[in-house]
Amino acid sequence: MAYIANTPDDVRVMLAAVGLDSLDQLFDMVPPEFRLDRPLQIPPALTEFELTNKVGGLLAQNEGADRRVCFLGAGSYDHFVPAVVDDLAARGEFYTAYTPYQPEASQGTLQAVFEYQTLVAQLTGMDVSNASLYDGGSAATEGILMALATNRRSGRIVVAGSVHPEYRRILQTYLEHLDAEVVTVPAVAGGVDPKEFAAAITPDTAAVLIQYPNFFGRLEDVEALVKAAHAQGAAVVVSVDPISLGVLKRPDAYGADVVVAEGQGLGNYMSFGGPYLGMLACKQEFLRKLPGRVVGQTTDRNGKRCWVLTLQTREQHIRREKATSNICTNQGLLALRSSIYLAAMGPSGLRQAAELSTRKAHYAAEALAKVGLPQAFPGPFFKEFVVKCPKDPAAVLKKVGEAGFHGGVALGRWYPELSSHILVAVTEKRTREEIDGLAAAYRDALASV
Amino acid sequence: MYKLDLQPLLFEKSRPGRSTAILPPCDVPEVALDSLIPASHLQDAPPPLPELSELDVVRHYTNLSALNMSIDANFYPLGSCTMKYNPKRNERLARLPGLGALHPYQDDSTLQGLLAILYGLQQDLAEIAGLDAVSLQPAAGAQGELAALLVAAAYFRDQEPGRRRTQVLIPDSAHGTNPASAHLAGFETVTVKSDSRGLVDLDDFKSKLNDDVAVFMITNPNTVGLFDPQIGEIARLLHERGALLYLDGANMNAILGVVRPGDMGADLMHYNPHKTFSGPHGGGGPGAGPIAVRAKLAPYLPAPIVGRREDGTYFLDDDRPKSIGRVRAFFGNTGVLFRAYCYIRSQGPDGLKRIAQHAVLNANYLLSLVKDVYPVPCGSRCMHEFVASCRSLAKERGIRAMDVGKRLIDYNFHAPTVYFPLIVSEALMIEPTETESRDTLEAFAAALLAIAAEDSESLHDAPFTTPVSRLDEVKAAKTPVLRWTP
Repeated sequence: MAYIANTPDDVRVMLAAVGLDSLDQLFDMVPPEFRLDRPLQIPPALTEFELTNKVGGLLAQNEGADRRVCFLGAGSYDHFVPAVVDDLAARGEFYTAYTPYQPEASQGTLQAVFEYQTLVAQLTGMDVSNASLYDGGSAATEGILMALATNRRSGRIVVAGSVHPEYRRILQTYLEHLDAEVVTVPAVAGGVDPKEFAAAITPDTAAVLIQYPNFFGRLEDVEALVKAAHAQGAAVVVSVDPISLGVLKRPDAYGADVVVAEGQGLGNYMSFGGPYLGMLACKQEFLRKLPGRVVGQTTDRNGKRCWVLTLQTREQHIRREKATSNICTNQGLLALRSSIYLAAMGPSGLRQAAELSTRKAHYAAEALAKVGLPQAFPGPFFKEFVVKCPKDPAAVLKKVGEAGFHGGVALGRWYPELSSHILVAVTEKRTREEIDGLAAAYRDALASV
Repeated sequence: MYKLDLQPLLFEKSRPGRSTAILPPCDVPEVALDSLIPASHLQDAPPPLPELSELDVVRHYTNLSALNMSIDANFYPLGSCTMKYNPKRNERLARLPGLGALHPYQDDSTLQGLLAILYGLQQDLAEIAGLDAVSLQPAAGAQGELAALLVAAAYFRDQEPGRRRTQVLIPDSAHGTNPASAHLAGFETVTVKSDSRGLVDLDDFKSKLNDDVAVFMITNPNTVGLFDPQIGEIARLLHERGALLYLDGANMNAILGVVRPGDMGADLMHYNPHKTFSGPHGGGGPGAGPIAVRAKLAPYLPAPIVGRREDGTYFLDDDRPKSIGRVRAFFGNTGVLFRAYCYIRSQGPDGLKRIAQHAVLNANYLLSLVKDVYPVPCGSRCMHEFVASCRSLAKERGIRAMDVGKRLIDYNFHAPTVYFPLIVSEALMIEPTETESRDTLEAFAAALLAIAAEDSESLHDAPFTTPVSRLDEVKAAKTPVLRWTP
């Protein structure tokens, strides 16, 4: 009877109060032909002790970043998570609460979200942020939908081929049935050609989507790309790595209209891709089309400052079939984690994380070049870079794996022309010893494959 | 819980120069940053974040947490949201490094334990649904709705080339996400009325069913807490026209192991694992929105899906040419799915059925205790939730649903869902769930009855024990202040 408090005695009393003789009668509205006349065919129940052994055993079969040194990135990163994040977010009063529909009973969650919105605005230089979205990919898509709803032209969207391939795929899925057209400018040598990008943007282009640092870790000439879009009146949606904002220019400085991000690196674990944190912030002019939830400041009847969910008319609560987004929930707990992370790291801590990631990534790029894995693309990069592998990446990465490293992400699955290329990410967690070890493992792998 | 007062904002606690030392010094050559990245890309100063000590941070969030009502501390009978106990064992297991430390792009061969778990969950969800195939990818129920409708659209494009089904039928009692999802999937929505019993008005349904209809989205048990016994007839009529029946799985908790959506004719559905399988709601998220479909729709599911090879090893099957593509990056909300797996394994077939039985028993018992004062317009029995109406209380005593909800907070209970579904006036939608005890239900009923006898004038000012009194919501929307500024 796990988690059920009713005793047989309770059941008798309660059934009598309802006027029934058996639990089965509770379902007498269900036509008999639909009632399942056999037990579900799923495994029998496990006690807590058994479950712990079973699940613990299964999880122990995995070789994650706790068992192999992790140099994998491509949108999910092994950044350090301070203890305060785990400890505070694990408070049951946070994680077993629900959407703050009754603000008087939920000021804790509401204030935390209001602070999250402020932190995101501070970090990105944008005017407003929502309370979070599903993940970086859906944030990019919602950012585009929002730009479309605000800046309605013919519905042409221009996307840089250096945006995360899975984000681009999500956008395609969402826009497939709407009156919109996606034009992708291919990535060559790790980024789009600014002239080609500018040429693709027509006067009826509603918005462009770029990523900075891009999927390959490179810092493209973001100012030129933004200028090209603005010259045609298109809104600019930029997908950023929030950790990079510890050192890189804030998006307002180069003219972004909408900033989206994957917030996983801000105090959230990689967890095989989810749950993650979709961040979305924008300039004031998009406010009324901002998807998802937002918390606003107000006063109670005694004039006391407090917080409440607001601007809900934009949502399906009221607009229903006219809604421009069907987002209902948010990622409250992960937004909370990222807020605690930013509060604990502060300006100097975030800068340190970004600087360490930059320096260590550059050190790693040099170390790998020395063992025969030259950097594939010229130009500046942040914490991630692409190397050209002289032998089959799958075989090489397998060997590197056996030596105890998750050595990188092979790019051929998304970019056939880069089938001999590997994307390597280095966070502040990686030590010099680990990076040297990776280089040695690659050297040995190249020699033996 | 409400002894505490509101807290200053993080930003107001900030003091220049305060910090928390977390990261070690640099152990690779500390070359100048602008020799690595050209200065044109760099910002001059660190980002303008608050500066706090570690204890500042700990105290701030600990105090904030105490301003919340939560399942761990309070009864939370929020209809439609299924706020049941969140087992601690699942949280402990989810925090094992073997889960958090997994990267979405590491090689399948290093993920066999996790893939076995996810494969097992796919199997379980298919069996519980009475359907054939599952995609775990959607990140929330609403995203599951959208993904499933895109699956339906792709199916029709394949099956019926040269014509297009343009409509989705949705009952007027539906969740608001249903029409929004249908709109985003490129369909126009047509509303089907409810009859006086709160069920689908079959005549209205028939009059709106035509060859342009692709899907009928139904929640069953529905949002007034009733099982619609016409579901078989509805499915038959749809299938005759080649259309599909979609089941919004928000209320699956009521029928686990008793009725399967596939057996009553549904072709596709989504789950809300955070409701049905006890994932914590996290103050509003994360959830997840796995979808289950009939075999003929399986090729269109969002990829990847966990597959099993003949040698027993697992792999991520991304090679699905007919797939609608992705709705989310990476695999899905694995952490939430993992808790659902742990929950289902803790229950087994008998446990799941017992959940439905006790969820329905608790709701009916509570209903029997309050119905004389809070009448239920639709039927005298219910499934796992019921919608009471304060209409006569409002008329006779001036006590509105919102007043009752707010006053309950003073009694240390979270309010029910108020003013939903839209088809019941002065609605109080109450869902106790199976995890609450008879004692709690009786105490809650006593509070509801006591409130109905209170002075209606003062009730408009409730709650009285919280750190803030009723809020000016109009002001918040009229002059939005969405961030702190110095």
